[in-house]
Amino acid sequence: MNGYGRTTASLLFLAGLVVMLYALFTALPFGAAPMQIGQEIVARAPGETGAANIVTAILLGYRGFDTLGEVTILFVAATAAGLVLSGAGAGELPRQAGGFILRAAADLLFPFLVLLGAYIIVHGHLTPGGGFQGGAILAAAFFIPLLANPASPLNHSTATLIEGFAGAAFIIIGLLSLLGGDAFLTPLFGKGTLGDLFSAGSLPLLYLAIGLKVGSELAGLMARIVEVGGKS
Amino acid sequence: MSADATLLADLLGRALYGGAIMLIAIGIYAVVARYNLMRVLLGLVLVESGVNLFIVAIGYRADAAAPIIVGGVTDVAMVDPLPQALVLTAIVIGVGVLALASALLIRVKETFGTLDTREVARVLAADPAAAGKSTGSAVAPAAARETANAGSAS
Repeated sequence: MNGYGRTTASLLFLAGLVVMLYALFTALPFGAAPMQIGQEIVARAPGETGAANIVTAILLGYRGFDTLGEVTILFVAATAAGLVLSGAGAGELPRQAGGFILRAAADLLFPFLVLLGAYIIVHGHLTPGGGFQGGAILAAAFFIPLLANPASPLNHSTATLIEGFAGAAFIIIGLLSLLGGDAFLTPLFGKGTLGDLFSAGSLPLLYLAIGLKVGSELAGLMARIVEVGGKS
Repeated sequence: MSADATLLADLLGRALYGGAIMLIAIGIYAVVARYNLMRVLLGLVLVESGVNLFIVAIGYRADAAAPIIVGGVTDVAMVDPLPQALVLTAIVIGVGVLALASALLIRVKETFGTLDTREVARVLAADPAAAGKSTGSAVAPAAARETANAGSAS
């Protein structure tokens, strides 16, 4: 009775929501890109930032300050999760190791995942990808061995150290442009040749910092959840 | 653009927008109608995916390339890069939200032994001090809200 009423009410609500969203969405012309600013950015970004990947140009060149805020949000979430989980299930070896195939595959995958993550981070201004995506792959590289064999825990102090240095590097690069008389996080070091690995000034350095920060943060976060999760 | 291509773009648009609407609807259903907190969290993730899909779909242009310059050719039509940059941000923040919420769920499970909001409400109604045992400040407001929900629904 109670459950049925709740289900009926939510289904009615959903039907109305779907109709409303459908009406809204069909008013948008598909495939015509209603916003003008995107095309303006596409036309100007290569000349202004030197990055071949325009998404990277937006993320680090035009709104680098927002990206700093976003990295901060991720940092706060990771810290809060660590705080909530601290003390829970400490000092226990939660589960037994996985089978031979799982452990061997995890060891085999590790170097390739690290290589792929590093490649995606370093080429963030040239090809699809960048610091966030490559950082997630790096985190997976360190997390999969932990899943296969929980007895070899992640070194949390090293992860925290890398994370701190990467975050500081991002801010220091931003402050360097203040010294030159520009605004905070203005791209430095010239633009280089469009499409070269060493181009787009300080954008690849910023993405490297983000990649290391996101990678160590996510790896530490997931490791903490695994370490605690085995208890309950 | 030929008639076939127009029809194809129209179908693609309907599929993408429809998919986004369905993801949002399924996610909201899980959030409002399910009692297991893990499913509520997964519903939240579904809503987020639907919204992300919709935002990326807005930036689509027919006959346009990905917003990456290949071989120095700059006069190609490209899809709108701005929604992609925004969604990249949203995905990362979504991961943060998911991680924090799962940490809270682990604590709820530890404190109450269950993730079912009805069970949690029952425990709280019988012994309001139960929430104060470990991470009371984090658990109590959500549990109190669930108690209020259960009370008004019955």
